[in-house]
Amino acid sequence: MIDKTFPSVDAALEGVHDGSTVMIGGFGGAGQPNELIDALIAQGAKDLVVVNNNAGNGETGLAALLKAGRVRKIICSFPRQVDSQVFDGLYRSGRLELELVPQGNLAERIRAAGAGIGGFFTPTGYGTALAEGKETREIGGRMYVLESPIHADVALIKAERGDRWGNLVYRKTARNFGPVMAMAAKLTIASVHEIVPLGELDPEHIVTPGIFVHRVVRVARSATGPAGFRAAA
Amino acid sequence: MTGAGYERLSRDRMAARVARDIPEGAYVNLGIGLPTMVANHLPKDREVFLHSENGLLGMGPAPKAGDEDYDLINAGKQPVTLLPGGAFFHHADSFAMMRGGHLDICVLGAFQVSATGDLANWHTGAADAIPAVGGAMDLAIGAKRTFVMMEHTTKTGESKIVERCTYPLTGIGCVSRIYTDLAVIDVTPHGLRVVETVEGLEHAELERITGLPLLPAA
Repeated sequence: MIDKTFPSVDAALEGVHDGSTVMIGGFGGAGQPNELIDALIAQGAKDLVVVNNNAGNGETGLAALLKAGRVRKIICSFPRQVDSQVFDGLYRSGRLELELVPQGNLAERIRAAGAGIGGFFTPTGYGTALAEGKETREIGGRMYVLESPIHADVALIKAERGDRWGNLVYRKTARNFGPVMAMAAKLTIASVHEIVPLGELDPEHIVTPGIFVHRVVRVARSATGPAGFRAAA
Repeated sequence: MTGAGYERLSRDRMAARVARDIPEGAYVNLGIGLPTMVANHLPKDREVFLHSENGLLGMGPAPKAGDEDYDLINAGKQPVTLLPGGAFFHHADSFAMMRGGHLDICVLGAFQVSATGDLANWHTGAADAIPAVGGAMDLAIGAKRTFVMMEHTTKTGESKIVERCTYPLTGIGCVSRIYTDLAVIDVTPHGLRVVETVEGLEHAELERITGLPLLPAA
């Protein structure tokens, strides 16, 4: 019987090696798998390359992983936030490398890795500092930049419900990077708030089919807190 | 009043002016900051689809105090609501909606816009600033029409509409229309064309403030 469920987050994090590229889902706090990140800190892997939209909020979750000194480089689109003090300090003191990627390029580079695409031409960023040194091409009268896929050794994602085959559904905008990151990693570990029997997830509604998911672990439900909030004008 | 015979628009009136140009049925992304205010001025009987880059269409207003759900947030990470008929999707689909030209209008703030529609709105270029781009570059080039909404001049009085951007670029030739507290200006192949100015502001005075030649309103 196939059973991808794991009894604990610690068990689910076994085998993450030093030097791994780790994708971590989430947009600010929504979809950030805090329990898996805490387990990664406890597990001890270091010299990591982390892929996330942001670079941590406050002192918990991804910020705690950075603070623990486990991350060599971060690939993200929006590191600077009102509560990104951990990242800010490490970056300014030269202890953390940053690869800044426009958000849509980040999502598409991750998707490309999962979809077996060797690279793609995108209009985003053409003529800007973030496309410097990259191959460009005119296609149909418009200028495009060649972007490469981002592969990962491990993806840590947060979903709402899953089953023992690894099928997942998400909750509201906490979905964000989960589905594409699940596709792009050799080992995808999903935390869910509920593990349901096979067949209970409506096959018409499954967002991430189990083929992309290797380990599922249940964590207690806790309300997502505010993070990275920027006051409106 | 400035004493110059005209009055600059408040941020609310700028937002109301942009809202006038957003038609029923439009798919629209409102950028973080000033553009967010446009939503407050869309008439209730006009159906407009608001897109948020983190993965929703059919975004509704902020929830009542106490009803905040931080799994349901906008691009500024503020809690929002979902209208009946709204949908959630992942990031690659969300940015496909932009890059693929499916959004009708995107409204963005800016540090500078050039005479040819180049946009600078993501980085001041200051040596000690931590760069952060988010979806700015995708938004700038993705929608069918990109509106910029900004004060016409900086706090020290320099025009934010410039011959060539001095801040790092977000996109090239991507801005179609500029809404400021002094005027609405179209970026055209022939140059910047004034659509309208605030009451009492003469064309020559607007050109002087802008520091660039402007084609007169038709």
